[in-house]
Amino acid sequence: MKIVALSGSIVGSKTRTAIDYTVKVINEKYPIADITLLDLADYDVQFSDGRLYTEYIGDTKYVAESLMEADAIIIGTPIFQASIPATLKNVFDLLPEKAFRDKVVSVLVTAGSPKHYLIPEQQLKPILSYMKAQTVGSYVFIEEKDFYQKEIVNDDVLFRIERLIEDTVVLTETYTKIREDKEAEYGF
Amino acid sequence: MEKYRIDPSKGLEFGIYTLGDHLPDPLTGERISAEQRIHEIIELAQLAEQAGIDFFSVGESHQEYFATQAHSVVLAAIAQATNKIKIASSSTIISTSDPVRVYEDFATIDLISKGRAEIIAGRASRVGLFELLGYDLRDYEELYEEKFDLLLKINAEKTLNWSGQFRAPLKDAEIIPRPVSGSLPIWRAVGGPPASAIKAGYAGVPMFLAMLGGPATSFKHSINAYRAAAKSRDFDPDELPIATAGFFYAAETTQQAQREYYPHINEGMKRTNGRGYPKQQFAQGADVRDVMNIGSPQQIIEKILYQYELFGHQRYIAQMDFGGVPFDKLKKNIEIIGNEILPAIKKYTGLV
Repeated sequence: MKIVALSGSIVGSKTRTAIDYTVKVINEKYPIADITLLDLADYDVQFSDGRLYTEYIGDTKYVAESLMEADAIIIGTPIFQASIPATLKNVFDLLPEKAFRDKVVSVLVTAGSPKHYLIPEQQLKPILSYMKAQTVGSYVFIEEKDFYQKEIVNDDVLFRIERLIEDTVVLTETYTKIREDKEAEYGF
Repeated sequence: MEKYRIDPSKGLEFGIYTLGDHLPDPLTGERISAEQRIHEIIELAQLAEQAGIDFFSVGESHQEYFATQAHSVVLAAIAQATNKIKIASSSTIISTSDPVRVYEDFATIDLISKGRAEIIAGRASRVGLFELLGYDLRDYEELYEEKFDLLLKINAEKTLNWSGQFRAPLKDAEIIPRPVSGSLPIWRAVGGPPASAIKAGYAGVPMFLAMLGGPATSFKHSINAYRAAAKSRDFDPDELPIATAGFFYAAETTQQAQREYYPHINEGMKRTNGRGYPKQQFAQGADVRDVMNIGSPQQIIEKILYQYELFGHQRYIAQMDFGGVPFDKLKKNIEIIGNEILPAIKKYTGLV
């Protein structure tokens, strides 16, 4: 199972901290999973210009192709100006319209204010649905106060991240199995 | 219709088209040479002619996994190798070509073939050629519109004056040679959604509609929009032919056809479009109401007649060679078309 953990911003450290913890847990609990960490801050990704994702070059091509090859994607995102960051939206724009078909996508969010709690529900999930993702219903919402010196200090958040990972893996296995069984029935 | 060399009383025209893709056979992993692929395309056109098929066309794509970048050269070879089948491009990317050179090429192919050449002008669904040939993808729309207009003007006037943004002006320029009958049928290539069909209607030119998959009724919207747009600009829709194009594969049973063709489509699309073809949608494609003509001969006949009743189009063209289909399978398909499908289609759609 190929999992990509995507840190969707090039600013700040909280999302990366949460994604780092996520990757650590996956490595510990699911050693057979093939996990790739993609922190957009580490790459020079160009703006989408409408071409097919395979025709980009350099970092842009690498980011797009890594996501397209994944079975599951865990997206970490901060909230900027009451929405997702432009860098994350640009990644979606690089990909074809049904890019997340047959993929499980789950979300963890870092935010400066609890008032932003519904933003992923109302702004991120519709994009994922449009792109045909099987989304994990609940997301992990992490606030400023849950971090101290680049670490998550709230056990409740850590437990929630662990549950998010488990749900992502279980759903990916389940959907893959269902799809394989169904496709075997077609007989071609 | 006469202007476009189509006689509706003879029933729905049946054609074959190839994009000129050059992909490995997914079952063996092997890819034939570009030389062999081009020769097989020429031979396929000859076999199509022998089977009574009306039309054969070749497209251009300037990227990996394609072999007919110089599609007009391949068409010239086909013109020489055949006697009565109509030959065309599918499509000529007019946006990144000089319309004068395109017209000279196709008028020459028309002379070689003694009046059988047509142009289908598109604007590319794979856009690698913009960079390769030195064009800016941001001019995608403008390039196509300006160059398509110029192509039509050259077709209408032997000597012309023209100026535009993307080509040096023409001053009393005589574009020769002229085709056998003085002009060529020039079609506008259109993708699925109505927006592009409407533009073809406004221009009052024949429409060549690509249909990958999905319910026929969805494409009917584009056809209605095309005819309405033509009418709104005082063109008579009854004088404007429509061609539809899509996947085709025949075998003894529908199951067998799906089993044989699916790996080619799936692997071929992965390589050229970055995504495979979902099995679930491919399975639905067997339904009579879906445009994908893959199945038993009887199933395909039923589908084509259903589409004919719905669209009232003049030509259907089949893509059967996508994704490295081995040549013996292509020959088998031509045989099935000639022996079973074509006679039934002509019988039910012709007046005679």
